Amino acid sequence: MNGRLVIGSGGTLPLPEIEISSFQLWITVQTGLREIWAHKFRSLLTMLGIILGVSSLVAMSALVAGMEKGAKEALIAIGGLEKVRVEAQDLPVEQRYLSDQAVGITMNDVMALKQSAPLVTRISPEMRLPAVFSANGKRFRPWNSVGVWPVAVEMNEHVVQYGRMFNQLDDEMARSVCVIGTDTRDELWGSPEKTGQEIIPVGQTVFINGLPFTIIGMFQHYESESDRKARELAKAQAASKKNGAVARNRGWGGRGRGGGAFAFKNRTVYLPLNTVWMKFRSGATYAALTAGGSTAPAGATGDPRLSGLELKISSVDLLPEALQQIRNVLMSTHKGIEDFTFRTQEDWAEQIKTFVHNARLSGGLIAGISLLVGGIGIMNIMLASISERVREIGIRKSVGAATSDIFVQIIVESVVIAILGGLAGLLTSFGLIQMISSFSPTDNAPIVTVTALGIAFGFSVIIGVLAGIFPAIKAAKLNPIQALRYE
Amino acid sequence: MSLVELRNVSKIYRLGDEEIRALDDITLDIEAGEFISIIGPSGSGKSTLMHILGCLDSPTKGTIKLDEVMIQDASTRELAAIRNRKIGFVFQFFNLLPKLSVMQNVELPMIYSGIPGRERRERSMAALEAVGMANRAKHRPSQLSGGQQQRAAIARALVHTPRIVFADEPTGNLDSHTGEAILQLFRKLSQEGRTIVLVTHDPEIAAVTPRRIEIRDGKIAVKLDLALAGLDRRPAVAAPAPLTP
Repeated sequence: MNGRLVIGSGGTLPLPEIEISSFQLWITVQTGLREIWAHKFRSLLTMLGIILGVSSLVAMSALVAGMEKGAKEALIAIGGLEKVRVEAQDLPVEQRYLSDQAVGITMNDVMALKQSAPLVTRISPEMRLPAVFSANGKRFRPWNSVGVWPVAVEMNEHVVQYGRMFNQLDDEMARSVCVIGTDTRDELWGSPEKTGQEIIPVGQTVFINGLPFTIIGMFQHYESESDRKARELAKAQAASKKNGAVARNRGWGGRGRGGGAFAFKNRTVYLPLNTVWMKFRSGATYAALTAGGSTAPAGATGDPRLSGLELKISSVDLLPEALQQIRNVLMSTHKGIEDFTFRTQEDWAEQIKTFVHNARLSGGLIAGISLLVGGIGIMNIMLASISERVREIGIRKSVGAATSDIFVQIIVESVVIAILGGLAGLLTSFGLIQMISSFSPTDNAPIVTVTALGIAFGFSVIIGVLAGIFPAIKAAKLNPIQALRYE
Repeated sequence: MSLVELRNVSKIYRLGDEEIRALDDITLDIEAGEFISIIGPSGSGKSTLMHILGCLDSPTKGTIKLDEVMIQDASTRELAAIRNRKIGFVFQFFNLLPKLSVMQNVELPMIYSGIPGRERRERSMAALEAVGMANRAKHRPSQLSGGQQQRAAIARALVHTPRIVFADEPTGNLDSHTGEAILQLFRKLSQEGRTIVLVTHDPEIAAVTPRRIEIRDGKIAVKLDLALAGLDRRPAVAAPAPLTP
């Protein structure tokens, strides 16, 4: 269909049939536009249904896409799907009598997994230390202060922005060093928002449960994409307004699961595993507290008891096999006592998928109904229009319009209304998204995709064609003699 | 060879059990270049005859040959094409599209035959000139008088240089003075060699054409009613000025 190129070129060219027909199509489109322009208000009302349908379709998909992205960001922030946590668990009922034999998760397990579980690519033992941090005259309990190996940084997707992570040597020597998240800094020295400058406490001394430690590094501040934007906006507003009305401090305490993952990372403090073991005997204490009943510490020099293990497996596809492998190894080291459990991110990923699917379905249904109503509106107005124009159709037929010419004319008018409505709907959708996000601000900025725009527009065109078919058939079937007599 | 050859054409409608013969066994030839009127009272079948001659309708029985083509069994699509290329209509109520300018109205038949824009404009301008309406090309029909609208309608009927023009009561909606001017225009067009069929119930109008056919009860009247055919110089109605050819 390259016929459209011929339009302006005049009548001297011998036009093949196809070009003539597309050139007639252009005239028909003009006729349709003239008809719409002649009834501006009526046409606008008719388009309203399509406008609402298209804009709600686009807005819905943008909101869902935003939520999906936010959830996936958070999932990656906590280490992705390949991460498996091994945690201590109460024994199953049939093994209760063996509870005093249960050793819990120990360094022995770490060594065994390293040796015998090839599907595990990375192992990071954790020894939790319930600790009170004090410095600068203030006290603070981070959620997550743990003794780890240096590998924990890669395991949990941490980024050390200032200073350095402790290395194997620090761990080996059980040095009194720590790497903190920004939350600890905020609580002890003040956040950048409050103090007006970024304090980097690297090199400072902090007392952990009374013992002096040197801060050798600090992680970057973790936040979701939209939180970062909100924070920058608040910053800009604070800069422009002297009265610092920055009560909206959404950067730190994000709500929902996504926000939680980032907040958790910010409240993390890493200490060398050996330091925790040597200085606090934390493993023993912790295990004694949690394993319930087992009062005997696992031995000062023997096998340090861990609060948990984080494992990374080679591929998500191999997750079931890897879990089986890990289980086999641990069952052997634990002498058949099942005092451990696995935690994977699969449930979370599954939940994200289900949520997105449901949100799409319900939103799509609403938008679809609204498009359908729009289509009915178009059909209604086309029927009214042709009954007003019976005489016109008779005249057109008497000067030689074929049935198909009339059919095409009505369909084209219907499609032109739908296309104009669709385009207006695409523009409106941006406003609608703005409105929705100002009504209910979420952590996730809506994302308008080209695909969504395309699909919504395509639907409006299809609706236009479908709505036009019945009126077009009705118009095309009119008998020219009766149509000419029609008053 | 005649331009139009009707052979034993009948048009029969059914209303329940009743059979209505709108046209009953009509045989008629129209030569190229003829100026002819079809007269008859309302309900006589003259409109039905015009519709069949004008390819707006198909006969129930009989054959029609128009310009060497048998058309009694043509499809609606073929009939549309024949109306478009070979036939022009002029109606009592002008039947111009009110939303289009005079020029666009005249272009309408050429749009359906796919004639490109420049040629359309040239030809419609020429047709408007022929009826003395070139200076009103950009006007809307509603801005014109009845006579001017009818001239525009005649331009539309002529623009495709049809083989035959049908005028259905073309002066029925005009005052007598304007009506006369329109008839003069038809006479002029006839002298230029066009084939024109006037359909009317008015003997005075029929009087302008050299040949008259009277339809009565769906048949061609054997004996021409002189008064109805406009041949009786004693006026049946009050004091009409006789039309001089």
